[in-house]
Amino acid sequence: MTKITFVSFDGTTRTEVDAENGSTVMENAIRNAVPGIDAECGGACACATCHVYVDEEWTEAVGDPAPMEEDMLDFAYDVRPTSRLSCQIKVKDELDGLVVHVPERQS
Amino acid sequence: MSEIIRTDVVIIGAGPVGLFAVFELGLYDLKCHLIDILDRPGGQCAELYPEKPIYDIPAWPEISGQALVDRLMEQIKPFSPQFHLNRMVTKLERQADGSFRVETDEGEIFETKVVVIAAGGGSFQPKRPPVPGIEAYEGTSVFYSVRRMEAFRDQDVMIVGGGDSALDWALNLQPVVRTLTLVHRRAEFRAAPDSVKKMFELVDSGGIRFELGQVTGLKGENGSLAGVTLKSSDGEKELPATRMLPFFGLTMKLGPVADWGLNLHENLIPVDTEKFETSEPGIFAIGDINWYPGKLKLILSGFHEAALMTQAAKRIVNPGERIVFQYTTSSTSLQKKLGVQ
Repeated sequence: MTKITFVSFDGTTRTEVDAENGSTVMENAIRNAVPGIDAECGGACACATCHVYVDEEWTEAVGDPAPMEEDMLDFAYDVRPTSRLSCQIKVKDELDGLVVHVPERQS
Repeated sequence: MSEIIRTDVVIIGAGPVGLFAVFELGLYDLKCHLIDILDRPGGQCAELYPEKPIYDIPAWPEISGQALVDRLMEQIKPFSPQFHLNRMVTKLERQADGSFRVETDEGEIFETKVVVIAAGGGSFQPKRPPVPGIEAYEGTSVFYSVRRMEAFRDQDVMIVGGGDSALDWALNLQPVVRTLTLVHRRAEFRAAPDSVKKMFELVDSGGIRFELGQVTGLKGENGSLAGVTLKSSDGEKELPATRMLPFFGLTMKLGPVADWGLNLHENLIPVDTEKFETSEPGIFAIGDINWYPGKLKLILSGFHEAALMTQAAKRIVNPGERIVFQYTTSSTSLQKKLGVQ
């Protein structure tokens, strides 16, 4: 199992979850009812409501968004260089301990 | 005063479940009008994931959202459903004789015996950017669509976004406005290459000002916009703007459904599982918008709900008539309705 931590936008709440390799970060947020991840489209990279900021320590391991995801990020708010759509991040061993920050709002 | 459209059934929402309802209702000779806020049938399948595969439609190991919609349109063709697109139902009222009066924001009036709400996640509406105080400018200086180009004549217009809507309106409005500024968070656009090329040509010739960044604040008073704060990698700056058009895609909102006097359960409409009828007899809710114990938001569940709802709808439209259950495989009368030769 790979550990992922979701940090609320104000930094006060940290939700640690055990994620299965091959699942997406979004799926783990939904399964564990992490507040602030809406995932309206259900993971089709079609809505930009599962936007997260990858913690600076982890941006390299997570990597950059694909062009389609980058297009979809145009619809997200307060997009930063560390922005990703969590439905497009696949959990793997190298991401054990991953920290992502939930934005203040999705839409 | 527009002419009143009289029909058996008004279906609110032309997504996959609304479309399949036309088929089931059609087998029982019920005529349908469909109303949808999008400019084409298909709902989320067409708007959110036209090219994405769906794997849980029975007998289709894999089918894209758009292909599913195309197939449904083909399947319901024999029943000649009437589509009213780009419209939102604003009013739903019961009349003295028990039938319903349905009104849209385009002024159409329907009189119908049955209403089927197949509105999915609600109506698609433009996303509002999280700029503090933006509500105060909406409808006066901030618009999410262009209804009349004249409203932008000789204005300092700022268009925000990098998709086709943003680019198309930048090009269309540029000749009539005083100044046009296009704001996008990056230099790549998700729009027709030809539009992007034309836009950059106008930037070169001074017709359009292009700014990289995101809008963080608005300045003005009494709903009248004067300027915009733009945040980019090199800090914040102020730009003049008297009109703003943000194009951030669509989101789903329950919308006016909440005002129709129906019981709601966490923004969903509770129904029974025999008829899928709401708290108001004659108003049914099928697909993602309804709720009952065990509900699953699956397209196939919506199809099942459409079939059962039809039995109850038929009894309302043709009371006292005997309902004969038949199979399309063997019934010549059903095959006749389907145009089978």
